[in-house]
Formats: sequence, structure tokens, C-alpha cells
Amino acid sequence: MLAKEEGGGALLVEIGELSAFPERMGRRVRAKDTELAVFRLSDGRMFALENRHPNAKKHPGSLAEGIVSGEFLYDPLYDWKIRLTDGVVQAPDEGRVRTFPLVVKDGKVYAAGE
Amino acid sequence: MTNKTKLVLIGNGMAGVQTLEHIIKLAPEKFDVTIFGKEPHPNYNRIQLSYVLEGSKTMEDIILNDYAWYEERGIRLVVGDEVVAIDTERKTVRTAAGLEASYDVAILATGSKPFRLPIPGAELPGVIGFREIADCEAMMDAAKRYRSAAVIGGGLLGLEAARGLQQLGMDVTVVHLMDRLMERQLDAPAAGMLRRELERRGLNVMTGRKTEAVLGEERVAGLRFADGSTLAADLVVMAAGIVPNAELAKASGIETGRGIRVDDFLRTSAEGVYAVGECVEHRGVTYGLVAPLYEQGAVLAKHLCGAETEGYIGSVTSTKLKISGMDVFSAGEFLDAEDTESIVVKDPFKNTYKKVVLRDGRVVGGVLFGDASLSTQLTKWSKAQAALTPEMHGELVGGGGCCGGGAAKGTGVAAMADDDIVCGCAGVTKGTIVGGIREQGWASVEQIKACTNATRSCGGCKPMVEELLKLTLGASYDGAGAAPAGICGCTTMGRDEIVAAIREKRLTHVREAMAVLGWSQPEGCSKCRPALNYYIGMLWPEDADDDDASRFVNERLHANIQKDGTFSVIPRIYGGVTTAKELKKIAEVAEKYEVPMVKFTGGQRLDLLGVKKEDLPAVWAELDMPSGYGYGKSLRTVKTCVGSTFCRFGTQDSMGMGIALEKKFERLNMPAKFKMAVNGCPRNCAESGTKDLGIVGNDGGWEIYVGGNGGIKLRGADLLCKVKTDEELIEISGAFIQYYRETGKYLERTSDWVERIGLDAVRAAVVDDVEGRKALNERVEQALAQLEDPWKRVVDSETLQETLFDKVHS
Repeated sequence: MLAKEEGGGALLVEIGELSAFPERMGRRVRAKDTELAVFRLSDGRMFALENRHPNAKKHPGSLAEGIVSGEFLYDPLYDWKIRLTDGVVQAPDEGRVRTFPLVVKDGKVYAAGE
Repeated sequence: MTNKTKLVLIGNGMAGVQTLEHIIKLAPEKFDVTIFGKEPHPNYNRIQLSYVLEGSKTMEDIILNDYAWYEERGIRLVVGDEVVAIDTERKTVRTAAGLEASYDVAILATGSKPFRLPIPGAELPGVIGFREIADCEAMMDAAKRYRSAAVIGGGLLGLEAARGLQQLGMDVTVVHLMDRLMERQLDAPAAGMLRRELERRGLNVMTGRKTEAVLGEERVAGLRFADGSTLAADLVVMAAGIVPNAELAKASGIETGRGIRVDDFLRTSAEGVYAVGECVEHRGVTYGLVAPLYEQGAVLAKHLCGAETEGYIGSVTSTKLKISGMDVFSAGEFLDAEDTESIVVKDPFKNTYKKVVLRDGRVVGGVLFGDASLSTQLTKWSKAQAALTPEMHGELVGGGGCCGGGAAKGTGVAAMADDDIVCGCAGVTKGTIVGGIREQGWASVEQIKACTNATRSCGGCKPMVEELLKLTLGASYDGAGAAPAGICGCTTMGRDEIVAAIREKRLTHVREAMAVLGWSQPEGCSKCRPALNYYIGMLWPEDADDDDASRFVNERLHANIQKDGTFSVIPRIYGGVTTAKELKKIAEVAEKYEVPMVKFTGGQRLDLLGVKKEDLPAVWAELDMPSGYGYGKSLRTVKTCVGSTFCRFGTQDSMGMGIALEKKFERLNMPAKFKMAVNGCPRNCAESGTKDLGIVGNDGGWEIYVGGNGGIKLRGADLLCKVKTDEELIEISGAFIQYYRETGKYLERTSDWVERIGLDAVRAAVVDDVEGRKALNERVEQALAQLEDPWKRVVDSETLQETLFDKVHS
């Protein structure tokens, strides 16, 4: 994996070729110490969530395999509805998943770490 | 921060936290909250400890508010520490560990503790109460090491503890001081019936026994009674009542009696200090049940937030015994008095007993045993002191007495008024639930639970909530609480309309269907997309453009996702018949990929559990066996008995026929999972009665049973027909499967489907109409011709492995 400096000093980690991310089907990807669930929407936008259920204490889970609809994700195990843009869980459930910014450059996808 | 009112809650149990939930709802920003809890746990559902003991729930299941809940609301939570002093002058509290906190408002919610009999030996190890998670853990631990247990106290708590210990494998005796069980809730006839039922289940019951001493040297060894007799026991549970925890209040100079004295607004004698729950004494009464506590909490919350409330005036209590499979209920005044009369309906055949107590023609209470379906009405009537009408009389006398009326009778929710309480624990009315179903689109018990807390505590109102869903949603409610079958919030179209439109407009892709049919959410949701994908594939087997992104994870990845994100792999073992060589191969794969668990499934297959997602393609490649579809809405397994091949009773070759049927119909998409069985004789060792399609061989041919289910809703299969030859059997099976595929709602099992469209209609289409049967078989053949093994498809495709299974590049 490559790591390089971007403007602003954020560390970018390469997580794969753009072509390896199919539309509306998530993938699990490791970026440093965090497992991400990466999604490519039908309008081309890409988002990454931390790949843990928002109520991870109760449900360990995984999010990458959920059903993607517009900018929402239906979690694969408990069917919680999560907004991919900011990780906010929709009613009636509540909570929030950590999100990670992604950068697409020259056909490659990078995740921004802290 | 500083202008907020400082609220200190002493006690992190159900009453206190429920009060706080009310407060947060009414005035989210008003208070800066600190909670002190003695137990080292977040708020959990104490009532359901008996389920934990019984094994039907885990500790995790009964957590009501996890730590995140406190964190998200900015509540300071201190657990495992106990408040030991309240300075009502300085308005501060101090804990055992030396923490101090000042308050503007303090709420005492210290609950109660088990009453320990003041007898010799009561402090011996092995003598415990039944109150906290720690008690539960002690009981489970004791059950592993010891054999016999005695429970002192034949009330609600004692019986639940006893039943739980019995479930854990102990030999249990209930010792009760009074001459009948649950004397505070049941009259003599009901108590007698309860005793007989418990004894029938293997519990020993002793009544009229006064315990004088706990025997034992280093650990409890038994009990001695006032009459001189003894009972050996390795564990003694004291469940002879509860005592309010009022010491802290008393030591702090707050007025106490049996409990902490409060007025109608839950105010104690100290300014700014309130009390709620089992620790209080209100108008001379203490309560040990959940509903009154919640009623108090609601009043206190309103009072503290400045909302209007008339105050708390006491509760009419009702009781339900939470032992699986036993309906025991009482409400209000249940004993006969000089000025009361009762209506009693006793049915020794069905072992039910109902009694309604009347004073001046008005209902003041009653008892139900064996059939508690009238419990809501009885509570309601007793609370309102309703005058008995002929309708009420009819419900009481007629209800449950005749057979076949079950469906129409239900739980009586239709007759309830909007402000009648459905969930007594959380105080949720029928109006709130029905309003939410209509306006917020609530479609499942889970959703209603999440939004209102109904069903969350004891769970006793779940059947009523389900009835309300059925009543309000009509046919679109599927009963299993999973999804409104065929439709969702994205469309107003029903299943049949959608299928007709897909056929007429020749729609072959999910996205196309959602656009053409005017879906309100352009990309649909997790309910409609898998359904649409199924209907399209069923109608156009050759031309459908199967949409992987619209399949549930299990069907997309051809393995069953587990709660930790790993998967289970079940290879196809036709008819459950394998070989030593095949078993060796499975064992080698399991070892190589460090599969944490290998288990036999209920359908006679082997399940490799805990396989990592990225290992799936390699595991399949090395197994080199077809997918067993243990994840699919398709034919799961054909279970078989040994049959005439080896069995001396066998009349037909059930293994051979099972394998043939499994090979023929495997991989076919269906509305829901589909299970089969083939038996070689009517002894039915492979259990045809609980299968979607169950076949029983006899001397002259085969019997075909359909619509059985052993899952959520137990349903015995119906006899569809008898056939003489193997060819007929295969043809009718094919026609049945295809008819179900074409008319079933997505996610509808055959058990519900057969009931919805009727066995006669199925028989007419599949058996009687010979031409129709042929046509159904042609269509099923056409669908079967398109199928290929999904595991092989992935093993052969690098791209699929990379995009779907996260194959990592080096």
C-alpha cells in the first residue's frame, strides 16, 4: 500500500483501483488500523464508513454487504438505515457511524486518515 | 451548562431511568444529569431476569439502555458505587468511594431488596436472593455444580426463580409459608390449578411450611421446618417478598415508613428530594410490580418539567406470571368478599379458569388461568370499575370456550378505545400505536418497540401489538414482522398489481421496474428491491437481468452472514447421504481454513461456521461440491429417512427419491426458503409434517403433504393428495413448486400461503387440472434450465472474487 502526502497534510492511503468498486455493492477494505466499508453510489460518488455496526457493543456486524439505495445503506444484518454521507442512523434506530473522506485520483481510490 | 438544573438520580434501575426518559422527552435541555448505580451494569430489565435464568434470553438481550445511550445524552453515569449519604441542607450526595455531587433535584430510585428471613443460617454461602444480575449468575453457577435447590417463597418471584433453576437442570422444591401458591394474586381454585400444573412439570411444591433454620456448616445443606422435618438442598433462594431500600433516606433524615414516604407528586419530606419506584410508600402502599412504577415515573417527570399532571393516586395492579407456556393472570380485587359476587367459568377439560369479581354489578378484579387472552379487558374493566354488560359477559363466558373462534376473537384489541393502555409497562395506548402505524408507517413490532417502548419490558403485550398491526394494515401485514409482503413505503402498489405490471410491461430489470412503476424513492429500499428482483426472475426466467445489488447479502454472496460478519458454508449433500471420502474432504477444508465450528444442521447437512469472507471462494474451490443453498430463498434440503434400502419397516426408497427431487429442484428461486422431506413409511422419521413439501411412502405409493412449518409459526402440513407412481410424485411436486412461485408473496412461506389462498385452490391447480399441471411443469422446467451453481461461477471468475469477496491484492 502507498502512503503519500496530500495538500493540507492529510495522510492518504491507497485502497484500490476505482474499477474494483462496483456500483451499489460495498467492499471491505483495510486502511491502516481501521476496517472500512467502501461504497460507490449509482451517481458515482464514493463514501467510506467504519465497517462496524453503529451499535457495535450489541451487534458486532459488518456494513459493507448492505443494500445501497441512493445515498442510504440498509445494514446487512439488522436492516438499520444509515446515511452514507454523514453516517447518521435514520429513525426509528439511532446512532452514528464514523465516516472517512475518500479521494479518487488517476483511477485509484485513497482514504484520508487523521 | 451552568444554568441547567442539576439532577442527581440515585439508582440506575428501571423506575429511575424510565422517569429520566420521560424527563428527557419533555424537556431535553433542562437538566444536567448524574446517575449513581450500585450494580456494575447499565440499566437492564430486571423483570426479564427470569428469562435469562430460563435460558430464553441472554444478559445482553435484557439491557434496556446501553452505555452509548447515556453518553449520547450527556448523562454522567457512575456505576459500581453507592450513594451513602444525602445532605439535605447543603443539597449534596456522597458515595462510598468518596465522590460528591450537588443537586437542585435528587430522585431516589433505590428499589428494593429481597426479604431475608431472620433465621439461623441465613448468612451461609449458597443462600441467595433473586433480584440482580449477580443473583442470576450465582444460580447459573450453582446449577453447574449442585443438584438440588430450595426456593423459599411461592409467590411470583419464587415460582419464576424455581422454574428457571429447574430449566437449568436442578431438582427444585418450592417451600411456601401459606397454604396456597401466589396467595396475593390468586384465589384458591386458581392456585390449586397452578400447583398441579407446576407439579406436572416436575417441580416439588410444599405449602404450609414455616422455615425455621438453614442447615449447613460451611455451605448450605438444607432447611429445617417448624414441624421438625427437614429438606436437603445445595442452594437456597430466598424469594419471600421484597423490602423497600429506604435506609439511605432514613439515615439522611427523610421521612420513611415501610418505604420512603411520598405525596401524590412523589415528593419526600426533604425539599428537592423525590422518590420513585419500589422504594416508595405512597398512601400507605408499596408496590413491587413494574406498571405502578412507570405510572409514578410519568407523574414525576411531568411535575419536574412543569407539565400539567393531576398527580399519582395509586395503581390497580395486575399480575402476569412469566413462565413459558403458562397463562396466569390476576387484576385488582380477586378474592371474594362479603359484598362481592363473582362470575366463574371453569373448564376442567381445557384446564382453564376465569373469574370476574363484581361489586354492585361493577367489575373490581379477577383471575385468569390457562387462557389469559382476556387480560387486557379485565385490567381495563377493573380500572374503570365498569358495569357488567351482556357483551362483556359474552366475552367472558364465550371466549375460549368454543373451538374455531380463535382467529375472530384474537386478543380483543378491536374493541379497545383509543386511550386504552396496550403496554402497561411503558404506558402506551392503542391510539398511539394505531396513529404511528397510519402516520409514521410503522410496520413491525420491532419498529413500534423502538418508537414507543411498547413490548420492551415484559413483552406480554406483543400479541396485542401484532393484532393492532394486522387490524390496521390488513392484508399487507405479513405476521412475521419482517416486512409488509410485496409492498413497502416506496410504492402504494400491492404484490398482485406489481406482478401484473411486470408481466404486461415486460419489465426485466429492477431499476427499470422502479422507474416505470413510479417508485417514490428512486432506488427503492431493502424491502422492495429483493422482492422486485424475485418477481422479475420468476416471470422472465430467460430474459430477466438479475440484479446482484438488489439481493440480500446472503443471496449475493451465496453464504449466510453471521453476527460477527463471518459466513457459514453448507455444501450440497443430496438427501443427506454422504461418503467417508466426502467427509474427509470437508474435514480437511475445515482444518485448513481454521473453521471455528462444524455443525450438523436441522436438515441433515454439515455447516462450516465462521468462514472469513475473503476465504469463501477458496473454500468452495477446495470443497468442489455444489452450493447447499443454506442461505437462499430456494430449496434448502430434502431430509430423508433410511427407507427400504436398510430399514426393516421401509416400504419405499426414500433416500433415492429424496436425492432425485433435490437434484431436480435445487437452485430454483422461490418466494421464501423451501424445505422438503421424503419418508419411506408413515413413521415419518424425516418429519414431513413440518415441511413445505413432505412426502410419505406407503405400500401402494406416496402421500404428498404441503404447507407444514416447524419455525416461527408451527403448522402441521395438509394432505394434498396420494399418488401411485414416482412419475406422478415428481410431476405434482413440480407443479406445486411452480404454483407457489407464481402466486406467493415474496418472503411468504408456504404455511402462510396455503392458508391465504386455500388448500382447495392449490389442489385444483396442481392436482385436478391436468392440463394446468402440465403447463406449470413446463414453466418450472424452463426456469430450471437457466440455473448454474453459484459457487462455481465465483470460483471461475477473478473479477467476482475481487469485487464481491474483497480479494486482497498483494
